[in-house]
Amino acid sequence: MTLDEIFTQLIPIIEIYLPQDVSINDIKKESDLTAELNINSAHLVDIVLDVEDKFGIEFANADMEKLRTVDDAIIIIQDKLAKSG
Amino acid sequence: MRKRVVITGLGVVSPNGVGVPTFLEAIKNGDSGIKFHQNLKDLNFSCQIGGAPVVSEEKKLEYFTTLQLRNFNCNAILYGVMAGMEAISDAKIQPARLNSDPLWDLGIVFGVGTGGIDKIRELIYKTDEGNVRRLGSSAVIQSMASGVSAYLSGILGAGNSVSTNSSACATGTEAILMGYERIASGKAKQMLCGSSAEDSPYIWGGFDAMKVITYKHNDNPTKASRPLSETASGFVPGSGAGALVLESMENAEERGAKIYAEIIGGAINSGGQRNNGSMTAPNSIAVQNCIKEAIKDANINSKDIDYINGHLTATLKDAEEINNWCKALDREGSDFPYINSLKGMTGHCLAACGSIEAVSTILQMHHSFIFPNINCEDINPEINNLIDIERIPQHIIKTKINIAAKASFGFGDVNACIIFKKNNQ
Repeated sequence: MTLDEIFTQLIPIIEIYLPQDVSINDIKKESDLTAELNINSAHLVDIVLDVEDKFGIEFANADMEKLRTVDDAIIIIQDKLAKSG
Repeated sequence: MRKRVVITGLGVVSPNGVGVPTFLEAIKNGDSGIKFHQNLKDLNFSCQIGGAPVVSEEKKLEYFTTLQLRNFNCNAILYGVMAGMEAISDAKIQPARLNSDPLWDLGIVFGVGTGGIDKIRELIYKTDEGNVRRLGSSAVIQSMASGVSAYLSGILGAGNSVSTNSSACATGTEAILMGYERIASGKAKQMLCGSSAEDSPYIWGGFDAMKVITYKHNDNPTKASRPLSETASGFVPGSGAGALVLESMENAEERGAKIYAEIIGGAINSGGQRNNGSMTAPNSIAVQNCIKEAIKDANINSKDIDYINGHLTATLKDAEEINNWCKALDREGSDFPYINSLKGMTGHCLAACGSIEAVSTILQMHHSFIFPNINCEDINPEINNLIDIERIPQHIIKTKINIAAKASFGFGDVNACIIFKKNNQ
């Protein structure tokens, strides 16, 4: 799966957790999930669970610590998908 | 100088009516909200009936965002937020804007008995499966006792004391008195007070096991809850939420708010599980003292009380409650105030009963009527020996209520009594 394909699949997952005053068009690859998209930090764990279900992968605690931007998520996902073959 | 405290908003989610207008019609008509529940039968409950509010998915979206409803599984928060926000809207209070200061003078006391039990079930299953990581962020906020007040505070931007109380079936009445004290002492100008109770086999099961709920009316649910009746055979479990906006009279007058009634006094006590009191039975002397203290606090004479909204759950204790009222007020026979029990229509809404019944009390005062007691065609003779049958209306009565008393009694031998006065302006 290409980085762009992963990004496209991530957008609807992230959209669910956006506050009402943030638009789906604000989601960029470089967006910081909590600082820029204003997603409640408690919801990061929920985004990860949704990502796990969507891509059939599992995040480790260390992956969670690295997760700040949409790009971080894309790289972690691509890495996991590559390893799972 | 104590502040005078008035009621400026009402909200209710009751088994026999969701929202004040629907609930008002239901109590005027004597409509029952008790239904047969197939899941209770499937689970081998003795009592297979109960009172649960009917809330559509569309209705939920009027109060919650789709994000809030994701993984949402907590009726206490659902009912509490709906009733609370209806009361706030009725009082014409605007929530604080996002990115502005909270409303420093608005507080919340919203009680629960057991909250989030269905969420707790998910929590226990996932934990025991070794799958804690799959719980997500919702388990804590939906299972904490203060979940209802926390959700409401988030929607409103309440900046005063935001808390949760719990005193079994006295919870709702106690919540109102806690808010009343805070305003009377000048520490808040507005308090959203209420309580919430869930319908779940995991809550009702414990009462089924105790044999305190009726097993005799599974085929005739609307006749099952029989307060004051000779054939009362245990209560019917119920759920829902009631909410009231309390406000200092000066604040209400200043902003031109609609004033339903004034809280002129109240009392909270415990029988200490001594004498005839226990974990599950009230100490009658404590009940009488609580009522007497409320009357004294309100600075009225017991003869001034026009109407009593009883606790009256439809157990053998109903006669004892009437006896306690007679002794506390020193009134009996035809001199006794009018009395009714909402539980005939709703069942016993446990932690929510006090607040739902307080809403029913205020509505009766505001619209000058007394709702019918249902299912007591056969008045318990022990009760009839104490008070005249015409003091227990079985049809709606149109009459002015100037002063009303509302009491609730709970497991743990705890009591609460409020005295309301009609706003005559």
